[in-house]
This record gives sequence, C-alpha cells and structure tokens, in this order.
Amino acid sequence: MAGKAWRSAILNLLRKWGVTLHREDKIKAQEVSWAVGALKKETPQPRTFTSGIKTVTLIPGDGIGPEISSAVMKIFEAANAPIQWEERNVTAIQGPGGKWMIPPDAKESMDRNKIGLKGPLKTPIAAGHPSMNLLLRKTFDLYANVRPCVSIEGYQTPYTDVNLVTIRENTEGEYSGIEHVIVDGVVQSIKLITEQASERIAEYAFEYARNNQRASVTAVHKANIMRMSDGLFLRKCREAAEKHKEVKFTEMYLDTVCLNMVQDPTQFDVLVMPNLYGDILSDLCAGLIGGLGVTPSGNIGANGVAIFESVHGTAPDIAGKDMANPTALLLSAVMMLRHMGLHGHAKKIETGCFDTIRDKKVLTKDLGGNSKCSEFTAEICQRVRDMD
Amino acid sequence: MFVFPPSGCLPDIISTPTKNRRASTTSPPLVRALLYFFYIKMATPGAVLSMSKIMNPFWGGRLGNTVKVFGTTLTSHRSKTMLNGGNIPPPAKYGGRHTVTLIPGDGIGPELLNHVREVFRFSCVPVDFEVVHVNSALETEGDINNAITAIRRNGVALKGNIETKHTMAPSVKSRNNLLRTSLDLYANVMHCQSLPGVQTRHKNIDIMIIRENTEGEYSSLEHESVSGVVESLKIITRNNSLRIAEYAFRLAKEKGRRKVTAVHKANIMKLGDGLFLECCREVASGYPDITFESMIVDNTTMQLVSKPQQFDVMVMPNLYGNIVSNVCAGLVGGPGLVPGANFGRDYAVFETATRNTGKSIADRNIANPTAMLLASCMMLDHLKLYDHATSIRNAVLITMNETRLHTADIGGQGTTSEVVQSIMRYIQSKGQLTSDL
Repeated sequence: MAGKAWRSAILNLLRKWGVTLHREDKIKAQEVSWAVGALKKETPQPRTFTSGIKTVTLIPGDGIGPEISSAVMKIFEAANAPIQWEERNVTAIQGPGGKWMIPPDAKESMDRNKIGLKGPLKTPIAAGHPSMNLLLRKTFDLYANVRPCVSIEGYQTPYTDVNLVTIRENTEGEYSGIEHVIVDGVVQSIKLITEQASERIAEYAFEYARNNQRASVTAVHKANIMRMSDGLFLRKCREAAEKHKEVKFTEMYLDTVCLNMVQDPTQFDVLVMPNLYGDILSDLCAGLIGGLGVTPSGNIGANGVAIFESVHGTAPDIAGKDMANPTALLLSAVMMLRHMGLHGHAKKIETGCFDTIRDKKVLTKDLGGNSKCSEFTAEICQRVRDMD
Repeated sequence: MFVFPPSGCLPDIISTPTKNRRASTTSPPLVRALLYFFYIKMATPGAVLSMSKIMNPFWGGRLGNTVKVFGTTLTSHRSKTMLNGGNIPPPAKYGGRHTVTLIPGDGIGPELLNHVREVFRFSCVPVDFEVVHVNSALETEGDINNAITAIRRNGVALKGNIETKHTMAPSVKSRNNLLRTSLDLYANVMHCQSLPGVQTRHKNIDIMIIRENTEGEYSSLEHESVSGVVESLKIITRNNSLRIAEYAFRLAKEKGRRKVTAVHKANIMKLGDGLFLECCREVASGYPDITFESMIVDNTTMQLVSKPQQFDVMVMPNLYGNIVSNVCAGLVGGPGLVPGANFGRDYAVFETATRNTGKSIADRNIANPTAMLLASCMMLDHLKLYDHATSIRNAVLITMNETRLHTADIGGQGTTSEVVQSIMRYIQSKGQLTSDL
C-alpha cells in the first residue's frame, strides 16, 4: 500500500477491534503491534462481530446474586453493549442413574451461547450433592481459572500498583478429592498431576499473555519437594514457553513468590500454577487489592466455553436489602466483554466503575460509603451514558 | 526456647541404642528421656502415687542415687516448665563448653555462619562448632548422613539452607527434608514480630507460627502410575497431628498467648485436613483458657495481607505452613529478619525461618545477618546460656532499631560486615566479658 494508505488500514482494523486512538495522526508502535498481533494470532475463543448482538447465559445465583445481576444488566444497557441476557437457574437435580447434574435447559443454553456470567451460588451443607461450583466445573470442563488483580484507585489498601493475573489449573492437582484412610489414624490424600492438563493450562497461560499484551509468565511450583509432580508441570510450562518465544518465562518457588508478593507485588505479571497453589495465591492477590468483593474471575473451559463469575459469597445477611456491592460481578462482566472482543464497551464500563469508586461520593457500605446498591448502579450508569 | 517432649514415648526410650549414651556422669540420655516421660505422668492428677509404682518394677536398683535425687525434685515440679524443671543439663556439654554441629549449606549460609562464629568468638561464648559440609551437587547421601550423625551426637545444630537442584532425578531427595525427617524434628517454630526500625506496610504484627515439619505434602512419596499421570501422596497421621497440636497449645500457654488458630483446607480435603482439625480440637479442649479457632488457608492468606494483627498463634500442616510462614516473614520485613527453629524430641536445629539459599546474593557482602544471628541467640537460649543470648540479641536489635544500620534487603546501604561490626561494637560497650581482655 502506498503512502498513508497503510495507516488508514491499520486505523480501521483498530477501530474494528474497539481500540480508540487519541491522536490519529500519530500511531504508536504499540498499537501497530497490537493490530499485527491480532492479525497473526489464531483465535480459539469465539469472536463476535461488533455489530451483532451476542446472547450470554446469565445465572443470577443466590443471596445477593439477583440484585447484583440486575445491577450489571442495567449498566450494560446504559452502555449500549450488544449483549442479550438469557437467564437460567442452576440447582442440582438428580438425573437418571442417580447422578447429580445441572438442569438440562441451563446446560443447553450454555452450550449454545458458550459465554456465561454467574453470580454467587449457595453451597448447601449436607444436601447430599456436591457444590454447584464443582458441578459446573465438571459439566463444562472448566480447566482454567483466571483472576486479574488490579489495584483499584479509590479503594485504599496497603498495596498500590498491583497489576497481575493468576491462572490456576482448576480440575486436578491437590483437589482431586481422592483420599483414603490407610489404617486407623493415617490418611493419605492424592495429588494428581497429568501431562494433558498441565499442557492445556500452560498453553492457555501463554495465549492469555499474548492476547492481553502481558510481558511475562511465571510458573509457580514446589519442585524441590514434589519432584515428579511439579516437575511434570514445569516441563509442560517450559515446552509451552518454547512455542511462545515472545513472552518471557520464569520459574519461581512457591515460598519465594509468597515472600516477594507481600513485599513487592509489582514484580509479578502472569502467574500460572497447579490447583492448590493457585487457590491460595489467587486469594492472596485478591486480598492485596481489597478482597473478594472487588475481584473479577473467569473460568475457561474446553470447547470454547467461558463462565465469568464473582467469587464472593452469597451474603445472605444483606440479601434483598439493596446493600450489595456489584463491583466484583461488574468487573467479571467487563472481563467477559474483553474475552468476546468488545474492548470499547469493556473500557467504557470499567472506567465508569473505577471513576465512581475513585470519586468516593457514592459508595456501598463495604467500600466505605453508605449508599445503596441501586444508587451506586445509577451513578455508574450515569457516567457511562455521559461518556458517549 | 525449650523442647517439649510428647506423651507416650516410653517404647522409643527403651529402644534407644546404648551407643548413643554419652559417657557423662551427670545424666545419661536414657534417664533424661525417662524423666521426660515421668514429667508427663506427673502432669496428670493422681500421678504422684504412680511414680513409685513405675520406677521400681522397671528399673529396680539400676538407677541408684539418681532416682532419689530426681525423684523428689520431680514431684514438686508439677506446674513448672521443662525450662526450670530438674537439673537437666543441655546436650554435649563437656568442660563447660558446648559442642554444636554447624552445617554451612549453600548460598549465603557459609558467610552468615562465619559471621555468627566471629560474633561468638568475640563475645567469648562457650560454644565450639563442629563443622559438617554437605555437598548438594552429589547424588549420594553420605554427606547428609554424616551431618545427621553429628547432630545426633551433639543434640543441637545451626544450619544454613542446603540447595535442592530440582533438575536432578526424583530419587535424590531434598537434603533439608531428609535431615528433618530422620531426626524427627516435628515442630518448626517461627516468631514474626514487627521491628520498630524496619519500614513495613503493616504494623504491630506478633504471630507465632507452628508448622508440622515431617509429614503432610512433604512426604516425598510420588509415583508415575501411568505415563503422563503423576501421583503425589500427602500423608496426615493422627499421632503427628496430636503431637504438633499439643506442642502449639503448650507453647501458647507458656508464652501467655490467648488464641490459637488452626489453618486447614478441610472443606476440600475432608479426610486429611479433617483429621488434622479434629486432633487440634481434641487438644484444644484440654486448654479451656486458650481460644481456639480454625480458618481455611485461602481466607487466612487474605486476612494476613489485610489485617495481620488479628492472629496470635497459628498451627498448621506442612505445606500451608510453608506458605503462611513466608507470607508472615514478608509482612514483617523480609527473609533476612526472622529466625526459625526446628524442634524434635531429642534434637533442635536452628536456621533462618524462610530457609532461603540466597544464591543470587551470595558472597557479595549484602546479605542480612539478622536472621542467622537471632537464630543463634535462640540456640543459646536452648543451651541455657541466657546472658550471652540476651547480649547478642540486644546488640542485633539495637543496631536494627536505633542505629538503623540496614542492609539492602530492608532498604539500607550497609554491608553485612558493617552490620556485624556494629553489633560487635555494641556488645563490647555493654559487656563485662570482653572489656577486660
């Protein structure tokens, strides 16, 4: 292409992907590389056309779930996001053969739409069936749990400038649930690491790093003690690193990561790890930015399924009182938009949310204010509308 | 710090090989161990009467005078701690001097332990070090077995961390782990305290962490059942869980602590961590004035980074102990500040709490000697050399808090040798021991 034609070509490409440029006559090298990267990469996740309406399965959940789900729906409407919601309920039902499963209409909806947004689900004690989260995980083979932890300006914690992502293997590892009583008083719990699962999660971690312009991936392990199991995990990570040379790969012991994380979290970027370490580290990182009430989370499954969720509890004590904080579910929904490629809308809603929290005028009780959930939602909607 | 022996150790005493008995006239280890057993018995009500019944049938006249001497002191020691109780001397004392095994290890270990020796020599501490080198590059276990034998001989050790190259074959086990399991050092104790001279995000932290040191995820039992599928076993036993819970509660009581928190993941690992939690609850019922609570490990880490002041004493299995102790060490200022101790029934090994090899800062004179020096003070307390321990500890803390001479890891400009010199200068100015020389 001659002269400035390539600029317009790239500008159009960027516009299509929802990236806005401040000064269109000066295209930055980074933006060009984004576009080139977007052209080069394969896209295993389902991409949506920015012009079409995408249907997303919404699972409101229990407790404060319905309130925060409706808050998110309102904000999306205010932002004119091309999303159509299909509400479904998941309560465990016993299928033929006595096996517990989720209702077939929910399963069918998820399989069709591939993207889901989930509120908090109640885990019943002694109900005879496993937790709902576990059922969902098994049904859709949700193998990766992704938690981006970014410090929220306006919600003060002792840690500022946190910007990392924890990617946790979600199906095996220490949570395999295989336990035996060998003799009375001796219990053995089996930690399972398989080549296939490790390969899958390592691949996903590098792809995520590439798609989200992340500079490095760190594998967290304890191979000095668990030589074979974490050794296998590390080997697979190294192999995936070979295939993705543009992303820097490092390995770090779990204890060193914990030590450095509480002293200087800025040194970490993307962390990939097996199940148990991931559980603990992702909650540690959530604690750094302010807790589960403001942390988004996404679960990626096989066959392109992705369910984004809020990881806090159902908070039955404040359910129905319009006191809930929808930030976690909102940020998870923003993550969902980014996953679908709707970066423009994602940026708009995220900015609206962060600006509201930064202004500190209208905040829910857990963020330090005394406004209602509906007021908080309305404020964000107002900001989002003003941005257009 | 003192060693708390567990209950019900009589079978082990009887099987102690006689060659381990030292030719000391004060108190053979067999008798000491026996006395530990009787102390436990003394602690239970109605035990006074049982003592004579146990002593005579088993041992007849073999013990001679020792029974008469220790018999009376024991009955009056029902409520006293092992610290004051009895005339039980610390291990390996001969001619007034103690012998302690020193394992330099890798990375920053050798240089820090050299500084410890320097400070001890300067302060005229009556401790001689028996240095045992362990080469981590070798695949054979001869080196570590020598070290273990030396520790068995001396009873007390001070060590640096031995590197584990995880690129080696799985049959080459972690040397540190081997040491801990062979000597049955079941309790790892770490005291994290905010130091006034160190800038941290959180203030007023004072947490004691007691971590089970021998089993759990560190059992090193792994196998590849099918190609591409590896299983690693995590073992939790009732005995070890009871033992560590008992240790934790007794320590909490001795130190006047109000609350013990058990950290677990029993919602997922129902049998394993469920057993651990059950044992903790069982032991807690015997200490009604200490509050017991339990917390799931992911919530614990979240609480630690937001509100660490709520924790007092924490007890947990091996892997969670690793994570929580590293998080706490990071909260109070880093790996260079916190000392740790590993206690077993008969042996005690002192080292830094986070067990870092520090390869990247080795031999550059920038490592922080505080952790290793405080660990050596803990060792001196264990050997009952309290005056020396206090003088060195005060010197270290004054240098840290008042002189503010910090090494690079806590944001200062000092080198290791400068800090050590400052410590020695302070000891000289305060102590009568060295000023007359």
